[in-house]
Amino acid sequence: MTSPKDRKAIIAKQFIEALPYAKALGMAIDEVGDGTATITMPYDRKLIGDPETGVIHGGAVSALMDTCCGAAVMAHPAALGGTATIDLRIDYMRPAKPGDAIKTTATCYHVTRSVAFVRAVTSDSDENRPVATATGAFTVEGA
Amino acid sequence: MANRPEPVQVIKQRRDAMLQSLVEGVPYIQFMGIRFDRRGDELTGVLPYQDMLIGNPMLPALHGGATAAFLEVTAIIELTWTSLWSRMEAGEEIDVSSHRLPKTIDFSVDYLRSGLPRDAYARARVNRYGRRYASVHVEAWQDNRTRLFSQATGHFLMPQKDD
Repeated sequence: MTSPKDRKAIIAKQFIEALPYAKALGMAIDEVGDGTATITMPYDRKLIGDPETGVIHGGAVSALMDTCCGAAVMAHPAALGGTATIDLRIDYMRPAKPGDAIKTTATCYHVTRSVAFVRAVTSDSDENRPVATATGAFTVEGA
Repeated sequence: MANRPEPVQVIKQRRDAMLQSLVEGVPYIQFMGIRFDRRGDELTGVLPYQDMLIGNPMLPALHGGATAAFLEVTAIIELTWTSLWSRMEAGEEIDVSSHRLPKTIDFSVDYLRSGLPRDAYARARVNRYGRRYASVHVEAWQDNRTRLFSQATGHFLMPQKDD
């Protein structure tokens, strides 16, 4: 038997992983909870932004953060259906280690009738030192 | 007639060659299919539509992450282009492959309307260009230049001599 909560998690996982751009970047959902999501993106040479060092492009990190924040909104019990980004700010603390997969965890910490507020942290294999953090506002649809 | 201006083709060839080497050396720019149009020193980023760029298959709409990446690529190329322009115009030979790129400190994106499944364009403006820090604003549109679908502001750390 799958509980309604597990069912929601499975649907969110299938939905996110089927998004063409998330798929193109190889994103995989690790975990979905109430208003939280964790997504991993493997290292790939096509994502390199600095050919000198092999560090992946900030744009690829943004894409992972945006996807993960959206997934956290959809996984929130008060948000039904889809969502769209209103704004997203990303702070880059340090370059991700070339060769490492990066992992983002996003938390949707407040939801109103029309807006969801989200924050996210991304790290590589050294999980104690963030690579980047993000804060964003997302639309709440189907309300 | 001591200083005859260089023939126009020579100037264009030099500018286009530098722009091309900036863009073709970055795998992620190639993966996204982004290219740049140039008029004098003005650059316009072009993101040709591909199905891969979709984030909402129902609408359909471009993925917010693809839009953010397009804006960030355009900002970094504009900033690097600006930083090399005067040296290039002075006729200096610049080895772009060994030139370090600016590092993003932060990047803040506004989504103004959903991105349609067609080509997108972006232009960036360097608002502050210092020795260490730069601030860049970038705007993206699709069919109408005045109807932006997204804009962003980013701060960047400029490459230092000892990097």
